[in-house]
Amino acid sequence: MKRVIALLMENQPGALSRVVGLFSQRGYNIETLVVAPTNDATLSRLTMSTEGDEKVVEQITKQLDKLIDVVMVTNLSESEFVERELMLIKFTKDSFPENVFDETNIVSEDNEIINVQVVGTSLELDKLISEIDANNPLEIVRSGSLGISSDEKTLTIEN
Amino acid sequence: MDKSNKSGAEALIHSLHLEGVDLMFGYPGGAALHIYDAIFNQNYVDHILVRHEQGAVHAADGYARATGKPGVALVTSGPGATNAITGLATAYMDSTPIVVISGQVKSNLIGTDSFQETDMIGVSRPIVKHSFLVQRAEDIPDIVKKAFHIATTGRKGPVVIDIPKDFTDPEYKFEFNYPSEINMRSYNPPEGADTSSIKEAADLIATAKRPVIYSGGGVNQNNASEELTALAKLLNFPVTNTLMGLGAFPGSDPQFIGMLGMHGTYQANMAMHNADLIIAVGARFDDRITNDPKQFALSAKKIHIDVDPASVSKIIHADIPIVGSAKESLTALIEELKCRDLKTNESDISEWNEQIKNWRDAHGLNHSLLEMGAQNGKILPQQVIQSLYKETNGEAFVTSDVGQHQMFAAQYYHFDKPRQWINSGGLGTMGFGLPSAMGVQLAYPESIVSCVTGEGSIQMCIQELSTCLQYGLPIKIINLNNAALGMVKQWQDMQYGGRHSSSTYENSLPDFVALTESYGHVGIKVSKFDELESSMKECISLKDKLVFLDVDVDPNEHVYPMLEAGNAMDHMRLSKDEKTW
Repeated sequence: MKRVIALLMENQPGALSRVVGLFSQRGYNIETLVVAPTNDATLSRLTMSTEGDEKVVEQITKQLDKLIDVVMVTNLSESEFVERELMLIKFTKDSFPENVFDETNIVSEDNEIINVQVVGTSLELDKLISEIDANNPLEIVRSGSLGISSDEKTLTIEN
Repeated sequence: MDKSNKSGAEALIHSLHLEGVDLMFGYPGGAALHIYDAIFNQNYVDHILVRHEQGAVHAADGYARATGKPGVALVTSGPGATNAITGLATAYMDSTPIVVISGQVKSNLIGTDSFQETDMIGVSRPIVKHSFLVQRAEDIPDIVKKAFHIATTGRKGPVVIDIPKDFTDPEYKFEFNYPSEINMRSYNPPEGADTSSIKEAADLIATAKRPVIYSGGGVNQNNASEELTALAKLLNFPVTNTLMGLGAFPGSDPQFIGMLGMHGTYQANMAMHNADLIIAVGARFDDRITNDPKQFALSAKKIHIDVDPASVSKIIHADIPIVGSAKESLTALIEELKCRDLKTNESDISEWNEQIKNWRDAHGLNHSLLEMGAQNGKILPQQVIQSLYKETNGEAFVTSDVGQHQMFAAQYYHFDKPRQWINSGGLGTMGFGLPSAMGVQLAYPESIVSCVTGEGSIQMCIQELSTCLQYGLPIKIINLNNAALGMVKQWQDMQYGGRHSSSTYENSLPDFVALTESYGHVGIKVSKFDELESSMKECISLKDKLVFLDVDVDPNEHVYPMLEAGNAMDHMRLSKDEKTW
């Protein structure tokens, strides 16, 4: 089952390599990984998705929490949460599947190429990819999952 | 507070001084030379020059294990840093508090493949609790403060501080301010007792019929030996210790049932297997203990006290997890038991203790081998340990290397005090014994410090004999010489049809007595049983001398009991031709 873990870490050189290194060191698999600064410049937010049973994910979150640069960790998939991913796809004009996308999806267009963007859950994007397979997209880029809990819980710290 | 202007190098040494460091181990080189010059110009911190950086880190580690205070090592960049890696991994696996400072090439050269450049932060990342790459000279005091805080709190461990040479430049000075406290929002290790489940733990204890207290290195690290002993005495429960936990409960106490695990005693492994309650304290259920975790102590409830949340329910599910300091949590547990005027199942407990005694009588270790004299004309390695125990009244610090000699020392020297037994349990580092003994001897100059080793392990850091001469360290090296890599050979005997692939030396061993004497120490050779006790006496009596006691032992001896891989803990080989299943 796919799990989404989000964490806040000190915006320090080397912090990211400690998080990523932990996964390979302990034999965990990362499926997607997204890192970006937060509105607090001293913190970065990292979201990762991984496959694993509950016990493995519990170990992963505990081990992540032990890293000195990690301020907070949460296993978003423990409760209701929203997961979204962005995907960009490049088509030649001749093979563009007009029935699948509308104007709002198109982010660039010239005489030969159309680029589209789609936002959805990873599962929706997976489905879409198989739908457009016959149109031979030139390139598909996925951002990896972001997540936010559905209820009042937040992954933020008070300063 | 000293606010005079200091260079980065001076600030580093002064910060160490303010952390209470009076001794460090190291080896100079280009990127560390500003620091070495600052060491030369002060009197607070002594520096011990080792012969190889691995020795520096092991010595700092040995010092930390024996004293409980953080050990410090200083190395240069590149090869200095990479030579320190085995020492770091050793300390990491056994959770010992050390701080390793490495010189780094100048900051503008980082990433250019410059001379003696290694990415120390990257290379050491998976084997440190944390590391710092200094970015400004002014940050050094703050980083030192954080490094010592991280190394010595929670589950302890090694911390690296990598300092580019330009940040220790004597020409650049800044106002020195040592922080009086630190606030790290991202690091809040559990402190104090976890009392959330103490009542449930006490309930289980009150109803247990076949309980075992299983304690590990965490009890020694957390100075919780007194509390552990008090709990065991209060309850009259049997106690077993891991290899790392020996000494936490007195080894010569009748309630002690010996070490458990791979080479644990028959009665300890049987007690674990048949228990209905296991109270684990500062132990982590590693594979050398549990054997097959799926078959581990299936009828036992587990109370697990540990300071590291990630250790709890990692391998074996904890029915009652207690995440906090062992010392404080045990104190809380004892209070809870006392205030409810606890009654245990006294008759069940005494029946259980009787059962354990029967197991011990049937297949326990023979602690009177010395009285039996030579066996087939040979000296048994166990007899050497018993002789050492006798001549040191059980009071020596014993360090060891890794292999059969380590197991014999753990099995046959009864450690009555925590921090008395110092060995590389987690990583299993050959070469650890002699340099760690240097750290112990420097911490306790008046005590007997012996290094139990083998002719394989000792040659991995034998260059430190020179360091021992320079600083007058009268370590007693007890070499169980079986002319082979004994544990490797044992496995080859048992699992590879006796094919001794690269585990013997074909008459290439040095004359250890002559070698030791060439370093200015005393060497004594023992090849007959009749010489063992008198030579051991002489070795121990030469108080001011390092003595290398080179004892030829029976090369065919195996370590038993031995757990049979892939099974439960009651599957043991008891000798070459006896097994329990």
